[in-house]
Amino acid sequence: MKVLMFGWEFPPHILGGLGTASYGLTKGMAEQKDLELTFVIPKPHGDEDQSFLKIMGACHIPVVWRENSWEHVNYRIGKFMHPDEYFWLRNGIKYDYTRIYTDELGCINFSGKYPDNLIEEISNYEAIASVLAHQMQFDIIHSHDWLTYPAGVFAKHISGKPLVIHVHATDFDRSRGKVNPTVYSIEKRGMDVADHIITVSDLTRRTVIEKYHQDPRKVTTVHNAVEPLPDADSFTKTERKDKVVTFLGRITMQKGPEYFVEAAHRVLQKTDGVRFVMAGSGDMMPAMIELVAKRGIADRFHFTGFLKGRQVHEMLGESDVYIMPSVSEPFGISPLEAMQVGTPSIISKQSGCAEILTHAIKTDYWDIDAMADAIYGIVKYPAMYNSLRNLGREEVNNIKWYNAGLKVRSIYDGVLKY
Amino acid sequence: MKNICFYFQIHQPLRLKKYRFFQIGQDHYYYDDFQTEEKIRMVAEQSYLPANRTIADMIRSSNGKFKCAFSISGVALEQLEQYAPEVIDSFRELAATGSIEFLAEPYAHSLSSVFDTDEFELQVKMHADKIESLFGKRPTALRNAELIYSDEVGEKIVDMGFKTVLIEEAKHVMGWKSPNFVYSHAYLNKLKLLVRNSKLSEDIFMRFSNPSWADYPLTAEKFIGWISSAPSEEKVFNIWMGYESLGMVQRHETGIFEFLKAIPYHAMEHQIGFALPSEIGKKNEPTGSLLVPFPISWWGHEKDLSPWNGNDLQHEALEKLYSVGVRVRMCNDKPLLHDWLMLQTSDHFRYMSHKEAYGSQYESPYDAFVNYMNVLADFMDRVNAQFPSGIDNEELNELLTTITHQEKEIATLEEEVKKLKVRKAKVSGK
Repeated sequence: MKVLMFGWEFPPHILGGLGTASYGLTKGMAEQKDLELTFVIPKPHGDEDQSFLKIMGACHIPVVWRENSWEHVNYRIGKFMHPDEYFWLRNGIKYDYTRIYTDELGCINFSGKYPDNLIEEISNYEAIASVLAHQMQFDIIHSHDWLTYPAGVFAKHISGKPLVIHVHATDFDRSRGKVNPTVYSIEKRGMDVADHIITVSDLTRRTVIEKYHQDPRKVTTVHNAVEPLPDADSFTKTERKDKVVTFLGRITMQKGPEYFVEAAHRVLQKTDGVRFVMAGSGDMMPAMIELVAKRGIADRFHFTGFLKGRQVHEMLGESDVYIMPSVSEPFGISPLEAMQVGTPSIISKQSGCAEILTHAIKTDYWDIDAMADAIYGIVKYPAMYNSLRNLGREEVNNIKWYNAGLKVRSIYDGVLKY
Repeated sequence: MKNICFYFQIHQPLRLKKYRFFQIGQDHYYYDDFQTEEKIRMVAEQSYLPANRTIADMIRSSNGKFKCAFSISGVALEQLEQYAPEVIDSFRELAATGSIEFLAEPYAHSLSSVFDTDEFELQVKMHADKIESLFGKRPTALRNAELIYSDEVGEKIVDMGFKTVLIEEAKHVMGWKSPNFVYSHAYLNKLKLLVRNSKLSEDIFMRFSNPSWADYPLTAEKFIGWISSAPSEEKVFNIWMGYESLGMVQRHETGIFEFLKAIPYHAMEHQIGFALPSEIGKKNEPTGSLLVPFPISWWGHEKDLSPWNGNDLQHEALEKLYSVGVRVRMCNDKPLLHDWLMLQTSDHFRYMSHKEAYGSQYESPYDAFVNYMNVLADFMDRVNAQFPSGIDNEELNELLTTITHQEKEIATLEEEVKKLKVRKAKVSGK
């Protein structure tokens, strides 16, 4: 079975959880040998792991017919794609896209990030989809997250092949309910057209059914998993006299950073020997620094800025407690990563991953008393720490992408009426 | 003649309130009275009272031939006295018929028999005193909390002067042996062991109303038929369960009370009698001894201590709690001693189990653990305030004896001074 997937991020160059999830899922699916995956992203860097799937860069796919020599094409994009493939894809151009600004190869220059002209990039992505849909052979289309829904929808309309969309988040999660109407309309249209909708948690599934008015029979939850960490034991804790409690993620409204600061304040009123770390960056960072100063806990509360790659696991490994007080988290993969390196996690009940974790502490995101109590418990009672550490690690090691891949497969089989 | 021995357990834990760490050192009241009251009222109304009426009825209709035993934990007795005194009255009425026996057990429904034997002895005595003061008769047979028993616990029970003890039919202890005989302690054969017939007991409290059970519906006739068709050497049928099984687990509507009421009639028809644990212990000679090197209990599949001490959390909590036992017993601060008892109730630890947290008011075992440990931290601070933890137990004991002796010594010396003064006065008067 050939699958054409539209995504936005793919490791190692990722900006959020979407890339991690895309990688894990496709890798887990590739273990089924009869699945052939083609993954389209706006802008590859050439160092992506292509051992189990084929990565295609939207910025190398022509949408406007331009004459170029083989050599020139090879010089420009040979690193990413064979020039013959470029010329072959060029035959898929059926519409006039000269209104879009393109380079001398007829390709669009995607940023591959989340720029200010995001809506424009999304619609340009549609143009790419049209070329691919006309030229390529595939059985099913799979779109990851709202940025790629329009592309998936267009590909479906051209090819007549079924569309599965994968909801990693909705705008209700990102905006705490103050939905952007443009985003909503893109999401809603994608869901309406899709033959099946995959959500990453039951929480998201409910949002999709209730807020986007989808038929519950069309919506299935496939919980995310976590990539095994082969060098999990290499992330050790340095001996220090203070315990470290860490928040790690984008410092935005969705992640509930202020509840973490308030809980820290509670804990520090009663005890010392605990330090709090807020790792990551985001639009609420200045406000958080101010709040920390106002509460008078700046001597015990630290900001690290944005962390990436190995730094993330190192930070998690050095921590005694990981906390994710998200106001609304469709899934939330980072507690699983923390548990992999043996760090006990406190997560909000409003997180999708709470549905599959037993050995993590769950509190309401607004319940700073409960959160403070849980922090205190893990820091002060060794049995609590050890129990969460050992049973938690065991638990996450059994959450496998392969199983998620099987569920996705059965959804494919369902829409293809096999 | 075959005998059926019915015994019912009554116990409800004192529920702890939500106790955050910032309350440590500030708030010394640990209980959720509202929840405790609600639970005990509910179980009293749905189970204890109608079940007591049924038992009274059975005793009356069988002319006193029907007999059964109860074990009511001290914790439950306190709650009943406070929130449902009519249940105590109704037990008094039952006690007056003479067909009822009350069993001894540790007052706090605690695991002290395994973790702190001095405490165990103290609590059994405390419980016996309470039963005697309420119902006028001192218990002679003992059932340990959760039917915990091992050779070592048995030894302690013999030391305390009990001759009969009730234990669970744990497969790894019984092997092929039938529970329907009287057994004895592994090496102290004056201690008789009565073994619960788990199949017949579970038929009533677990399966009675289960329509997918092959023997559904269970009638008194059928039930007695099973007992009467058992081999004639098997003399004792121990049917034991939590009292709330009647009316709460098996609801009134299932016909459980009517089923019970019909039992004496059918039993008599088959020449089957009823007996109390202490009577069985007295009348029957043991058929053999049971070797129980590791503690057994009546919970879970493993029938061991794992529901209360099966994971790190429970281990830590129990260890911390019993580490202050000796110290607490030196105190004479009444509220502190009462809290000490209430914190020992086995249910607190079961709620921390990953597999047996049935009936817990907590969201997770971790939640139960943190709450309990916060309470315990405050409690231990109070104990420390009385006796600083810097001094070890023996030294403390010595100091305490010196203090008490000092008083006596001062008194005698003062007496002497007085005498000498009088003598001096006399001498100078001359």
